[in-house]
Amino acid sequence: MSTDHSAHGGSSHGSAGSYVIGFVLAVILTAAAFMVVMGHSLSPSATLTTIAALAAVQVVVHLVFFLHMNTTSEQAWNNKVFLFTLGFVVILIVGTLFIMGNTAAHMMSR
Amino acid sequence: MLGRLSFADIPLDVPILVGTFLGVAVMGIAVLGLVTYYGKWGYLWKEWLTSVDHKRLAVMYVVVALLALVRGFADAIMMRTQLALAYAGNPGYLPPHHYDQIFSAHGTIMIFFMAMAFMTALFNFVVPLQIGARDVAFPFLNNLSFWMTAVAFALVNVSLFIGEFSQCGWLAYPPLSETQFSPGVGVDYYIWAIQISGVGTLLTGVNFFVTIVKMRAPGMTWMKMPVFTWTAFCSSVLIMVSFPVLTVAVALLGLDRYFGMHFFTNDGGGNQMLYLNMIWAWGHPEVYILVIPAFGVFSEVVPAFSRKPLFGYATMVYATCAIMVLSFVVWVHHFFTMGAGADVNAFFGIATMIISIPTGVKLFNWLFTMYKGRVEFHATMYWAIGFMITFTIGGMTGVMMAIPAADFVLHNSLFLIAHFHNVIIGGVYFGYICGMNFWFPKVFGFKLNEAWGKRAFWCWFVGFYFAFVPLYVLGFEGMTRRLNHYDNAQWHPWLLIAEVGAVMIMFGIVCQVTQLYVSVRDMKLAENRDETGDPWNARSLEWSTSSPPPPYNFAIVPHVHELDAFMHDKENGIDTRQAGGPYQPIHMPKNTVAGFFVGAFSFVLGFAAIWYIWWLAVIALVGIFATVIARSANQDVDYYIPAEEVARIENEHTRKLMAQAAE
Repeated sequence: MSTDHSAHGGSSHGSAGSYVIGFVLAVILTAAAFMVVMGHSLSPSATLTTIAALAAVQVVVHLVFFLHMNTTSEQAWNNKVFLFTLGFVVILIVGTLFIMGNTAAHMMSR
Repeated sequence: MLGRLSFADIPLDVPILVGTFLGVAVMGIAVLGLVTYYGKWGYLWKEWLTSVDHKRLAVMYVVVALLALVRGFADAIMMRTQLALAYAGNPGYLPPHHYDQIFSAHGTIMIFFMAMAFMTALFNFVVPLQIGARDVAFPFLNNLSFWMTAVAFALVNVSLFIGEFSQCGWLAYPPLSETQFSPGVGVDYYIWAIQISGVGTLLTGVNFFVTIVKMRAPGMTWMKMPVFTWTAFCSSVLIMVSFPVLTVAVALLGLDRYFGMHFFTNDGGGNQMLYLNMIWAWGHPEVYILVIPAFGVFSEVVPAFSRKPLFGYATMVYATCAIMVLSFVVWVHHFFTMGAGADVNAFFGIATMIISIPTGVKLFNWLFTMYKGRVEFHATMYWAIGFMITFTIGGMTGVMMAIPAADFVLHNSLFLIAHFHNVIIGGVYFGYICGMNFWFPKVFGFKLNEAWGKRAFWCWFVGFYFAFVPLYVLGFEGMTRRLNHYDNAQWHPWLLIAEVGAVMIMFGIVCQVTQLYVSVRDMKLAENRDETGDPWNARSLEWSTSSPPPPYNFAIVPHVHELDAFMHDKENGIDTRQAGGPYQPIHMPKNTVAGFFVGAFSFVLGFAAIWYIWWLAVIALVGIFATVIARSANQDVDYYIPAEEVARIENEHTRKLMAQAAE
């Protein structure tokens, strides 16, 4: 309820160190995804699973190191909002898999 | 040098476009000339275009929305006229290539630049005032959002005179929108307009979410928040969750077109059905983003003109939240016919029908608010009652289409077109115009002319039924959407009736323009002035300020005791304004040119990328980054209004109130 626009209550802004760690992790995860796909070392379905997992880890890295999410009490609002968002993301992803899987089966498109 | 842009891309061979261009050019030169003649450029630039004041931005959003309304309606009446003529061998006056651009532009403009802009205008004006805040949480981003929306609308209009617009409908379904079938620049105009305005909309969502969470006046707990603010909150949540989906879907389409990828192409493993899935995962929440704030408007207007508190405030809040969540689990009803099995379709069909329950709750809440109230049949109330009737019919046809088996007959027929215009005109448009009539005196300090308001309502209301009931009938008779010409004798009379309806709606728009003109002409008349700031004896905090409100909104931030805070204060003799002070200096954000320049560079970036003028695109991109960095490095972004100045403004308003009370 602050009306002071220069106030930044409630969230940490990170340090140069945490940004560097985040950046390095993000680069490694991105490069790993490219390697898995371009190296053709895994079967197609294993490749998809691996890059999906890498993407999920990437999201966490961004949230922690760039968006400064943590478990302190000042972050309560952010964490609630995050859980809510997670709910929507689950609806979207599970829904899409449900719809597209079912459609593919009926249309024999895959 | 100019990419694929050449002189041949200027459609000099299409007389309609040349005529339009001349008309727009003459009007544009007239407006620019008048601004120059009255020496208002400095005023316009300093006080409006660079303003971060949410009230000024609201007015600018309404200007964009009304321009978009006129452009979108021009498209609509051209389509209706084409279909009234193009029967039994007559090709009409619009060749398919041009006609396809018109229906695509109509949908794109009406949703993204008319409805979204108008909604953002209402958020901007009403939300900070209703919650007792001095501005939004991020005033600069607010200005930036406006410019992103405005330049995207400009980009769509540039496509009229340079090149072409998309011919793939308002959602650009692949594979038609892929390079293979749409090699021209039309879809690229669409992609860049959507992406640029999408940035603006997303920032608006974030901005209002934070504003409502963090900046409510002391004492305003969640369940003491006005319903319009609740609806703005739910709508902001939906924006934040769904617009990224649109951005990704359209970006993947862009990758297909620009880099030859295969997300949605016919070959190379592409899957068009995934595009439908993604675009509607945004598209369905989008229609609720638009209509929920309209529900909020009615929840403010109906109590004010029934002289009663809103019936069932808590159920209204829960219904709004329920609609917000449910709107995310219904998107398949836009493509029941795509090929999913009965299990998928049944789930989404039932979920769709469930949404009608909270919506019905709302409708009964408004009806019970009016029941035994002293209902005043003000022009504003006409729109509200017209909404209740029209939206209910639209809702019922929606539930019909939610039955997958029925949808297989009605999908993509004119029945669908009639249905969604029934809810979007009857819900969204009536709601926003109702809100405009309601809050206009707060914005400018004088009321809108009521007689012309009622005339506009009747033209729109009757015109709507003439224009769209025939489309329901045509849907049952098997006429599909987006037809350019036809030879079915049964359809012709219905399309003539629909044309009559479109003309009536045109008179409605003429009445609205006249209403604005007459109101401005008579603004000095005593009966039109709003000296008290509370012309309707209304209930929420925005009415406790002067009309128009001072730049800082509230000299002393009000303390909220009850729901309907201002009405509570009036009934208990509490002075919400705490007139007389003591006043403190007020911390305010400074105006900034950064939003305008980011917008202008984004326009150049979009235009350059559409025409493959890559050197220009790079310059524009550098310009965007440079502006953002310069803005971030600028520490001189705020100032204080001295306490004496605040006291002077407040005392003047107090004097006016006293004079009014003495009369």
